[in-house]
Parts: sequence; structure tokens; C-alpha cells
Amino acid sequence: MKTRGFYLTGAALAVLFLLPMVWTLYASVHGREAAGGGDGWGLSNYQRLLDYGSGLSTYLVNTVVVAVVAVSVTVLTTTLGGYAMVRLPFRGRNALFLVTLAVLMVPYTTILVPLYILLGWIGLQNSLVGLGLVLAVLQLPFGLFMMRNSFEALPAELEEAALVDGCTITGALRRVLLRGVLPGIVTVALFSFLASWNEFVAPLIFLTDGAKFTLPVALFNLQSGSLGSVDFGALQAGVVVSALPCVAVFLVLQRYYVRGFTSGALKG
Amino acid sequence: MAVLVGTLFVVPLLLMVWMSVNHWPLLGASAPNGVANYSALGDPLFLRAVWFTAKYTVVTTVVLGLIAFGLALLVQRNRRGVGAVRTVLFLPSAVGLASTSLLFYGLFTTDSSPLNGLVQAIGLGRVDWLGSTGTALGSTVAMITWRFAGFYMLILMTGLQSIDPVLYEAARIDGAGRWQTLWRVTLPLLRPTLALAMVLSLTGSLLAFDQFFILTGGRHDTATVVIDIYREAFLSQDLGRAAAVSVATLAVLIVVNVAQLRLIRREGR
Repeated sequence: MKTRGFYLTGAALAVLFLLPMVWTLYASVHGREAAGGGDGWGLSNYQRLLDYGSGLSTYLVNTVVVAVVAVSVTVLTTTLGGYAMVRLPFRGRNALFLVTLAVLMVPYTTILVPLYILLGWIGLQNSLVGLGLVLAVLQLPFGLFMMRNSFEALPAELEEAALVDGCTITGALRRVLLRGVLPGIVTVALFSFLASWNEFVAPLIFLTDGAKFTLPVALFNLQSGSLGSVDFGALQAGVVVSALPCVAVFLVLQRYYVRGFTSGALKG
Repeated sequence: MAVLVGTLFVVPLLLMVWMSVNHWPLLGASAPNGVANYSALGDPLFLRAVWFTAKYTVVTTVVLGLIAFGLALLVQRNRRGVGAVRTVLFLPSAVGLASTSLLFYGLFTTDSSPLNGLVQAIGLGRVDWLGSTGTALGSTVAMITWRFAGFYMLILMTGLQSIDPVLYEAARIDGAGRWQTLWRVTLPLLRPTLALAMVLSLTGSLLAFDQFFILTGGRHDTATVVIDIYREAFLSQDLGRAAAVSVATLAVLIVVNVAQLRLIRREGR
């Protein structure tokens, strides 16, 4: 009886949690709200989305650029940083770690206004690269935690053996250690990707040129009707386009996702 | 990394404090202004935003905490099919908050949404989900629960699984019922995990922006503190006042976080 109760509750909850996504998917291929369209199926919503504003492809490319900058900077700096934290004793190591921790304690929404001014001063305002760098900084504490733990989990003998065999430090890092910390790297990359792909406030403030908008900001403009009345069909198609990569990546890399959460070093 | 953190984190932090004591228009020159900007903290609009944010934070934390705890209890045991249930409940956590808000904006506002269909089917009239402070708050909390329940479920589940099964066995032998076991064994041992979940939820809700900016645009008195900062900065074009509000917000958050961390540490002992 207890088991049946679990399955009934589980199934009911699963339906409840899937319903909003299924409805959006359905609404996005249902042409009812298309101008002059009938009550049929079709991709007309997606077609209008393609032509919206500067074009869907522009927004997609912008979002990808920001994500690539954020992910690559985060992975590179936290991998090297994690290695240094564990293996290289250098001056100011603890101070650096503390400052990085401070990023975790200070929610970035509170420093958006000065960041806006600062990016203007260094010529990175209204820049996709600048936005990517800001988002990378936000991911550093979590990434550094993850990579420090990953390097700590590797036995020191592994590196020593490589050095004895004639590898340089960078050679050892590249050939031997990277394989060992790969799960950590995938976790950091995954979180960094999802966070930067989905970021809303920072691009809303930092990007002023409509042709540079990322997907969430472009969709918000579509919803707030800055170009006339709200096109619900195109909006739902847009939600599908922006959520689909995240859902797909999540389903493939679920293992790493759970690992990141349960390592307990996540910011909210 | 040091350069990145220095430029894009430490400098803005200092700049924020500096800006807060200067008259700093969005366009044009800045000038020292003393503490005049801090009068923004007495602004009735700001006070209303503080009140709404506090209300939202309390409701979200309680609702989300209870539901996530229930879900964690449901899926903590490993059995056939439990993985699939966990995955589905956790799936919304992968969708961005802005996308979630846009998705639910459709659910709450279009006539063809199943939500409105359901309400009409059970004989209620049209519900304006986002049309007043109360309904907008309720609708948003429901949406946030959908988005974050799986996230907190997983955190709490990890805590539940780290409790030694021997303790449950001992409670059973001592004749403890289900409720007694929950109150006397599970909850006390889960306190550090519960506290961590609470810190995350409180901080997240106090800084709420996406959901209300997208769902209501801050109408019907649903502007949050961060929406107020945004308004001061980019609608009133007064960055000095926005910085002053930011400094105050940050101070409150640090106090809240430090207090909570103390609490966790004491409970963890």
C-alpha cells in the first residue's frame, strides 16, 4: 500500500511539474493567435520570432557569445586558481581566497549601479565581452571551491610521478592532472553556462544597443510590448527556444548538476 | 583572476560607497552631496518596496520550505522509479528565472491558458492573477515554488540521507511513532541543512527582481527593493540615490547573513 501511495503521489506531482512546460510547448506550435491564422498547428509563431526585432538569430548569437566568454574565463581561471590554492604556496594566497569568498557574500545586484559606471570608464559598457566577464566573476567563488576540492582529491604522488618522468609543471597539469579533475571542470562549466545563458538583470542594464540584446532581454522586450501589442504566440516560442538548451544540457549532464548542488557550496 | 575580481568586484564596491555620497546623475557631472542621497531611504515608495519585499520573503520562505521538505521526505528513499520523480521535480531548476517568469506570464494572462480554463471549469469567474497586490503575490509565490521546490528538495534530501539509519532504528525500538520520530530525530539533526536552505531562500527573496519586473512590472505595489534601486538609477536617472539604497541593502543583507551563519554554527554543534 505504501509503495502504491508513493507512485500515485509521485505521478501526480510529476504531471503538475511538467504541465507548465508542456503547455508552453503546445502553445508555441499552435497557431491560434497568429494574425489571420486559423486554429491549426504550425510553426508560424517561430517564424514571427525569427523576424522579431533584430532577428532571433542575432539574439541567439549574442547569448552564445556571452556564455562562451563567461564559461571559458570561469573554467580557465578557476582551474588554474584551484591548482594554485592546493599546490603552490604563494604570498597572499589566503587573502585572495578571502576576497573571492567575499564575492559570495555580496550579492551582485547590489553593486550593479557602480558596475555600470565602471564598465563605461573602461570601455566595456554595451559590450557582450564585458558582460561575459562580469558574469564570470560571479561564478568564480563556486568554481574555485569546486576546483580546489577536485585538486585536493588527487593524490600528490600523481603529480610527483609525472615530474620525475620529465614533465614540466604545466606539462604535468595538462597531461596528468586535468584528466583527474575533469568532472569538476564539467560541473563548473555547466553552472557557468546555465547562469550566464539565463542572466537577466545584468544584460538588461549593461546592454543599451537593441542589436546586442541577449535572449532573455529580447524576450522581455517582446513581452513588455515595446514594439506594439504583446505577441503571445511568439513569446511562447521564445520561451521554448531559451529554455530548451538548458533542459537538454541538464538532462545530459544531470550527474554533474546534482554534484554541484550537493557539494553545498552553491549561492542562491 | 585577482585582476578580474579586483576590477569587477572590489572597485565597484568602493565606487558604490563613493557614489552614495555624491550627486550623480545618469548623464552629466557628479558633485559631492554629503548624506543627502540617503534621504531616499525615507521615500514612501521605497518604504512600500521594503514592506512588500519583507512580506514576499516571509511567505516564499515558509511555503517553499514546507513543500520542499515534504518532497524531500517523499523521494529520500532509493526505490524503483524514484530517480525519474526526482529528475522531473528538479527539471524546472534548469530553466532560467526570466524564462520561467515569461512562461508563467502566459499562463497567468492569456485566455487560452489551462489555468483559466480550470478555474472556469469549476465555476469560478475570471481570475485576474496579476491584477492586485494579493493575487500577484500569491501567483508569484506559486511560480517560484514551481521553479525552486526541486532545488531545495535536493538540498534537504542530502541532509536527510546523511542521518545515521541506526538512530531511526533506535527510535523504532524505543516505540516512537512516525510524528515523534520526525520531531525528535529528523528535525533536530536536519537543522544545519534547514538553516542553509533558509539562508539561500531569504537572500534570494530579499533580492527578488526578475519575477516581479516581468510579471507585474512593479505595478499594484509589487515593487521590490531591487526594482526600487533600478527605478532610482535608470528611470529617475539618479545614480547617487540608487547607490545609497544599495549600500543600505547590502548592510542589511550582511547583518542577516552573519546572524544566520552564527545560528548555523551554534546549531551544528
